[in-house]
This record gives sequence, structure tokens and C-alpha cells, in this order.
Amino acid sequence: MQTFFIVAILALGFLITFQIAKASEYVAVLRGYERSRLQSNRINGFLLLAFLVIGLVGVFYCNERLKGKILGVPASDHGVLVDRMLYVTLGITFFVFVLTQIGLFWFSYKYQEKENQKPFYFPHNNKLELIWTVIPAITLTVLVGFGIFYWFKITGTAPKNAMRVEVTGKQFGWEFRYPGKDGVLGKKYFKNVNPAANNPAGQIWDDPANYDDVFVEQEMHLVVNKPVQLVIGAKDVIHDVGLAHFRMKMDAVPGTPTTMWFTPTYTTRQMREKTGNPDFVYEISCDQMCGKGHWSMRGLIVVETQAEFDAWMASKKPQYLVANPGKDPAVKTDTLSAAAPVTGAVIR
Amino acid sequence: MSEAINIHSGAAGHAVHHDDHGHGHPEQSFISKYIFSMDHKTIGKQFLITGIVWAIIGGLFSVLFRLQLGFPDQSFPILETFFGHWAKGGQIQPEFYYGLVTIHGTVLVFFVLTAGLSGTFANLLIPLQIGARDMASPFLNMLSYWFFFIASIIMLSSIFVHTGPASGGWTMYPPLSALRQAGDGQKIGTDLWLIAMALFIVSSLLGGLNYISTILNMRTKGMSMTRLPLPVWAMFFTAVLGVLSFPVLLSGAILLIFDRNLGTSFYLSDIVINGEILPNEGGSAILYQHLFWFLGHPEVYIILLPAMGMVSEILSVNARKPIFGYMAMLGSMFSIAVLAFLVWAHHMFVTGLNPFLGSVFVLLTLLIAVPSAIKVFNWLTTLWRGNIRFTPAALFAIGFVSLFISGGLTGIFLGNSTIDIHLHDTMFVVAHFHIVMGVASFFGMFAGVYHWFPKMFGRYLNNTLGYLHFWVTMVGAYLIFWPMHYQGLAGMPRRYLDKRGWVSFNQFADLDKMITVVSIIVFAVQLMFVFNFFYSIFKGRKVTSQNPWGANTLEWTTKIKPGHGNWDGEIPEVHRWPYDYAKDGREFIPQTEPVGANESKH
Ligand code: HEM
Ligand SMILES: [Cu+2]
Ligand SMILES: [Cu+2]
Repeated sequence: MQTFFIVAILALGFLITFQIAKASEYVAVLRGYERSRLQSNRINGFLLLAFLVIGLVGVFYCNERLKGKILGVPASDHGVLVDRMLYVTLGITFFVFVLTQIGLFWFSYKYQEKENQKPFYFPHNNKLELIWTVIPAITLTVLVGFGIFYWFKITGTAPKNAMRVEVTGKQFGWEFRYPGKDGVLGKKYFKNVNPAANNPAGQIWDDPANYDDVFVEQEMHLVVNKPVQLVIGAKDVIHDVGLAHFRMKMDAVPGTPTTMWFTPTYTTRQMREKTGNPDFVYEISCDQMCGKGHWSMRGLIVVETQAEFDAWMASKKPQYLVANPGKDPAVKTDTLSAAAPVTGAVIR
Repeated sequence: MSEAINIHSGAAGHAVHHDDHGHGHPEQSFISKYIFSMDHKTIGKQFLITGIVWAIIGGLFSVLFRLQLGFPDQSFPILETFFGHWAKGGQIQPEFYYGLVTIHGTVLVFFVLTAGLSGTFANLLIPLQIGARDMASPFLNMLSYWFFFIASIIMLSSIFVHTGPASGGWTMYPPLSALRQAGDGQKIGTDLWLIAMALFIVSSLLGGLNYISTILNMRTKGMSMTRLPLPVWAMFFTAVLGVLSFPVLLSGAILLIFDRNLGTSFYLSDIVINGEILPNEGGSAILYQHLFWFLGHPEVYIILLPAMGMVSEILSVNARKPIFGYMAMLGSMFSIAVLAFLVWAHHMFVTGLNPFLGSVFVLLTLLIAVPSAIKVFNWLTTLWRGNIRFTPAALFAIGFVSLFISGGLTGIFLGNSTIDIHLHDTMFVVAHFHIVMGVASFFGMFAGVYHWFPKMFGRYLNNTLGYLHFWVTMVGAYLIFWPMHYQGLAGMPRRYLDKRGWVSFNQFADLDKMITVVSIIVFAVQLMFVFNFFYSIFKGRKVTSQNPWGANTLEWTTKIKPGHGNWDGEIPEVHRWPYDYAKDGREFIPQTEPVGANESKH
């Protein structure tokens, strides 16, 4: 019913508009085409000026309404650089924006057709053209310079003391693997993936580096002020680890691991205070189209102190022991005689 | 105003029809005249009308998915009536949503703004403005349209298959697009998409080669390259870009077809999907992205250059003043065409690309902003001290410049890899490319339609509807896309159909509602334009003078409705560049007029 109403109103509006448009054409013919053309020229000239003024006011209004909803404090060291670069660029481009839009609409208004106004034959002017080639070129060079400088800082090698976490995307969720005490992520091979046998990551149980690796899903824990390097991969299609609050992002590509590193600078608790939002959590958003659940592919990050992190880690059992309960000292205290790892792993 | 408008040659409109075949063509049947026509003007109209049909479909799809974005919690029973299980309970299902988005993007970028825009105006304007009777090969030209038509049919059919159309996004990245297991849209829909695109590429190559050889070989006497009107130059660069880059996309698509159907591993490696372990090893998913964007970036200029060319022409004609910096315009189009091939990896900064390589692409990307800036300043100077007539075409041209500024400036954010880390694949990108490529090119196209409609059909579009069309679209475009930047700055990813489950992105519900409402209004106004278009073909005010805008270029030296072959007698000879407006106190001096003995030089 409602839809019918809307369609009817639209159709009616259509019809009325069309009749008016038609009528105005007849009027134009009757009154002399030239006269009504000049009149509509004046109207449109005025509207262009009005558009400029209202548009610029609108830009400020929009900013007032929305500026509180974006960005917020960057929660990583790299985030500070990204935001600085962003605001510098915003300053420069906004200046150019206002200047050129005013030029465009003001010239249009000012030089609208008038009797006795003689247009100026002005086909070119080398000096002017040189000026507006060189100035943008210099400005852009400065922006490129800064940008690349920051870019290399952000994408440079991770500090030695960085902790490593493996992040794996799949339709439609996130998996994480911590290297454990040895700091080394054990080898894995995709053909070993077997969630039924408690090996969702495809770890190769022959690799001793795997013995202490901890596997968790959906929620990653990080230590505040400690650099972290994420080793990123995907199981099925391309995903993307999007960390809006840290201003970081990296694709998760099946078959081609990628990395990124940063240092979280606020714990989740601190961010709750800073944002005044008691429900604040760091979210991982999948930023690369990955299928019908793309929009809901959400992971969580908890940033906490070292002590909290250690306590959390201590509560986790290495996946090796989950998959091979026979090896678990907590389950069966001494038997070293248990058979070799259950899964016949191929080492690449 | 110009004496031209006051010339009343009442009978001319009718006389035309008889002389159509004056230069010795046999009488044509309806089919060879309107359907399998080899007349470039008719082929241009075929491209335009097919493009309009696609634009309506693409636009309607955007209204549908905007409904979901603006009102995620509301049910629209009428959707279920029309789309059945795709909109169960009146709510758009995710697979349907992604199918809509994908087809929307594909048809608007390729079928409307590439075929519909270049196809229409390259066909219409190249022969008419360079002084040729037709294209170099009218037959290939006709084939070009029919390949496009078949591609259209196949793309359209994919909407009706049971598992739905392709839904991997218009970029169609594998492995998602390579794996049938990945979702419904990755089944037959994706095959149809790939076949349609392959045929589309054939069409576009046939067209492009024809445009290039026509421009190089068939110019009339005196029409040196530096006397070509800017639309022709723009079409030339567009065609060169297309001919060099479309084959690369074709190869990318063919490898994808192989991976899907023949068990090859070009793009596939280490994949476990739905618990199934695939045998493929050693492929690279990123390879496809290189192949795609090697076309993909030039593609944005393929879309934009024709609009730029037409806007330059229309601004100059209606400012009654020469285009400022003709040679600089050529130079900047040339450098855009060259640089367009050297920036593709700026779409891939966060794919794990080598950071050093990334920095090279930052440099080259921001370099391409310089010629863009030059063009903007030249347009502004063209308006400065003119005597501007605000025809609907002129307004759309002015609107184009405004949008190009807005969208070009946000490109400087994205081209800077540091900022792109945060903004990549967010709504900011959506805002950027819609303004600079989508809406701006549409404005160029509208400007072209309003300006050359009299040449195409011998009638005018209704002006009042034209003004309404312009103002609603202009205001609407900014209302829709400007605030979207803010969503992107908040990090909101693109292609998210419901943000209510997120803590970080759920603060824009009101905004999304507003955007949806405005989109519906803007779409309605486009329908009004379409109505105006078809109504005016038959019932519009008749053109009574040969040169209604008082323009210099050759198309206005033909009869009001030129027949096959364009000029009845000799093709006119050209004596000057096309922008002698306001020179020596004369309002305009057509290209055909010999240079006077004591005419001033510039
Ligand atoms: C000032 C010049 C420009 C610069 C610096 C620029 C830069 C960029 C960059 C870096 C991206 C990738 C954003 C991302 O990381 O996702 C992008 C996206 C895009 N740009 Fe531009 N651009 C410019 C002009 C244009 C023009 C003129 C067009 C169209 C005619 C255009 C159309 C697009 C499109 C379609 C995308 C979307 C790609 C996607 O689907 O992700 N850009 N632009
Ligand atoms: Cu994903
Ligand atoms: Cu690009």
C-alpha cells in the first residue's frame, strides 16, 4: 500500500513536471525564444553562485556533524604518522579545493552572458601555464617526500623485540597462532589442515618448533607498548586484516604470506576511557571482498599489560598437546613411549 | 545573439530526408538502415541507447542495495514479490546484495561509461569533426557494436540464472572468483561474467582500432593534427589506451577461465575451502591483480578522457571564447595517457607489495595529478572573461569541472601509500572514484548528449527538464558522495551491507538513511531525463538552423540531419584551428573560413 502510494506520487510529480516543462517551451516560443533564453541564463547564473555559497556552508556543516565520528585517537605509533600525513594533505587539498571551486563558480556567475560584454580572446599564456605546472609539481613533491618517508618507517623491518603472531583469515572468521616460548612459529602445510584432528592450522607435528605454539580463534591478545609483527595468511580466498584504530591494514593472501608490524599504545581499558565508550573494543574488519559473509567477518583484539597477557597465555594449552593428548604431561604423566606424531606430515 | 539562431529555413528539416542517399547509395531497407547499419551516426545512437538501458539497470541496482544500506532493519515486501528468495522476508540477502553490487559496478564502468560514452561520441564525433564520410572500416564498426550487444545479452542473462550473477566485485579477484565452492555467485554467474567481458573486450578493440585509423588517415584537407577539436584528441588517446590495455585484461580473464574450468593453477595455491583441500600449488593470486589493474587504471582514464574532451569543447563554445591552452591540454592528455600505464600498483599498496616498489608507484601516481591540475586551471581560465551561455550542456560541463576537482583532490590522499594504508578499501575510496570517475564522467556524457542531440536527431531536448535534471543531479551527487568520505575516514570498509554488529562502524545510521533517500530522488530524475530523451527524439522542438550553438567545428557545416556520407557535396576544407571565438571582434569563425589577409595572429 505504502509502496503504491509512493509510486503514485512519483508518477504524479512526473506528470506535473513534464507539463510545466512543456508549457514553458510554448511560452518561450510565444515570447520570443531569445528573451526567455536570456532570462533562464540569469536564473542559472544566480543558482551557480547560490550553489557555491550553500555548498561551502554545507561542507562546514557536514564537518561539524560528522567530525566527532571519525578517526579518534590513533592507537598505535604508526597510526600517529598516518594521521599526521592525512591532516597535512587535508590542509593543502582543502585550500586548493576552496580556491578552485570559488574560481569556477564565481567566474561562471560573473561572466554570464550580458549584452555588450565582449569575451576576451585569450588562447594561451606561457607564463601562467608555467606557474600552474610548477606549483602543483612542487607541492606534490613535498607530499610524496613525506609520504614515502613515513611509508618506509611503517613498512620497514620490525624491531628485534617484536612479538610475532600468525593471523589467518578464512570464510568467515579469524584464526591466530602464537609461537610460544621459543618465539618461533612452527612449520605448517595446508594439506595437513584437519580441524577434526585438532589441527586447524595445518601444523607439521614433526617440527619441534610447533610443540609450544598456541592456537586461538576470533580473539587476539596483544601487549601494550610492545611491538608486534603479524604474519598474515589466508586459507581459502583473499581477506584483509583491517585495524582501523591502529590505522593498519594488510591483505591475507592464500599461498603468499604477508607481514605488518606496529606498536599498540593504549590498552583496551585506556581506550574505553579515552573514547568514553564502555563498550569499546578493538575490531579486526575484513577489508577485502571474500564472499557472502564478508560484512560480518569480525575479529577482536584485546590490548593489555604484560602481566595480564602472561596470565591469559598461561591459561592456553599448546595445540600440539590438544591434538596429541598422549604427549600431554598433564594428561598422562610419563609415557614417552607413545607413538610418533599421529599425522603423517610432509615437510615442504 | 548569433545570426545563426535567427535563420529560418523552415523546409530544411524535410528536404533532408530525401537527399539522404544523394551521393549514390542504393535505397536502404529498415534493417540495414537502423539495425545492421554501417553509418557511424546510427552506430553511435545504438551505443547510446544500449548504454541508457544499462544505466537504468545499473542505477536501479544501486537503489536496491542502498535500500539495504539505509534501512538494514526494515523489510520491503515488494522486493520479495519481485525477487523471490533473493529477498526473503522483504530483506535483501547477502548473496543478492553482492550480486547487485558486482553487476552495478561492472555495467556502469564498462557497459555504460566505456561503451556507452566512447562508443556513442567517438562514433558520432570523429567522422563529423575531422571531415570524413564515415569510419575507416564501417563494417568493423558495426561488428564492434554487435559484439557489445552480445556481451550485453550474456551479462544480462547472468542475472536470471538460478544461482545468481557473479558476486565477486567488479574487480573479480581470484581465488574468490576462481572457486565454485566459494559461494553461489561463483558458480555459473561468474562464467557468464567472464564470457561477457571477453566479448566486450573484442568489441572495444574493434572500435578502438577503427577510431585510431580513422583519426590518423581520414582527416579532410587542411585538418592537421593540431587543428583537431579536443574531443577528437580525447577519443584518440582513449582508443590508444584501450587498445594497449584491454588485451592484458583479456589474458587475465582467460587465465581465470582456465583456473575455473581446466584445473590450472595460475592464481591458486594452498587453498582449503569448506573443509576441502585443493590440490593447486604454486599459483599467485596477486598476479591477477596486476593484470587487472594494468587495464583497470587506464580504464579510469578511458572513461574520463572523452568526457574531458567534450567538456573542453562545450565550455569553449558556450563561453564564446577559445579554450585556454590548447597545446597544454594536448600535452596533459598525452602525459596522462603515458602515466596511466605506470601507476596501476597504487591499487595494491597493501597486498604485500614490495615497499620500495610501492614508493615508486606513489611518485608516479602523484605525478599524474600535475596534468590533471593543469587541465582544471585551463578550464577555469576559459571561463574567465567569457560571455557564458548556460545551456544545459554548459551547466553539466561546469558541474564536471567541480566534481573533477573534488574527486581529483581525494586521489592525492589515496595515491599516498601512507594514507592509503588506512583508507584502502573503505568508503573513502568509494566516494573518491564515484565523484571523479562515475559522476564526473556521467556529467561529461550528459553535456555531450544535450550539446549534440540536435545533431543526432534534428531536435532539441526540453530545456526546463534539462535544468531540473542538472540541478537535482548536481546537488544530489554531492549529498550522496561527500559525506561518504567521513565513513571512510572512520575506517568503514566498503561492501559491508550491515554495520549493526560492529562497534567501530555503526555510528552512521542516520547518514546512511539520508544518502539512500537522496539516491532514490536522483535516480527518479535520471528517469525523467530518459523520458525527455525519447520524447524529444519524436516530439522535441525542431532545429531550424544549421549551426544552433554558433560553433566552429565541422559537424555544424552538415545539413541539420546529415545522411549517410555526412556532406552532400565536397567535404569542406579546413583553414584554421577550431577555437577562434571572439577573435577580432567576431563572435565565431568556423574552421572552414580561410584566414583573412589582415587577421591578427596569436
Ligand atoms: C588526481 C588523480 C588521482 C589519483 C592520485 C588517484 C588515486 C587513486 C588510488 C591510489 C586509488 C586506490 C585506492 C585504494 O587503495 O583502494 C584509486 C582508486 C580508484 N580511482 Fe583514482 N586517482 C586519481 C584520479 C582518478 C580518476 C581521474 C579516476 C576515474 C576516472 C579514478 C578512478 C578510481 C577508481 C575507479 C578507483 C577504485 C578502485 C577500487 O575498486 O578499489 N581515479 N585512485
Ligand atoms: Cu574476509
Ligand atoms: Cu589507478
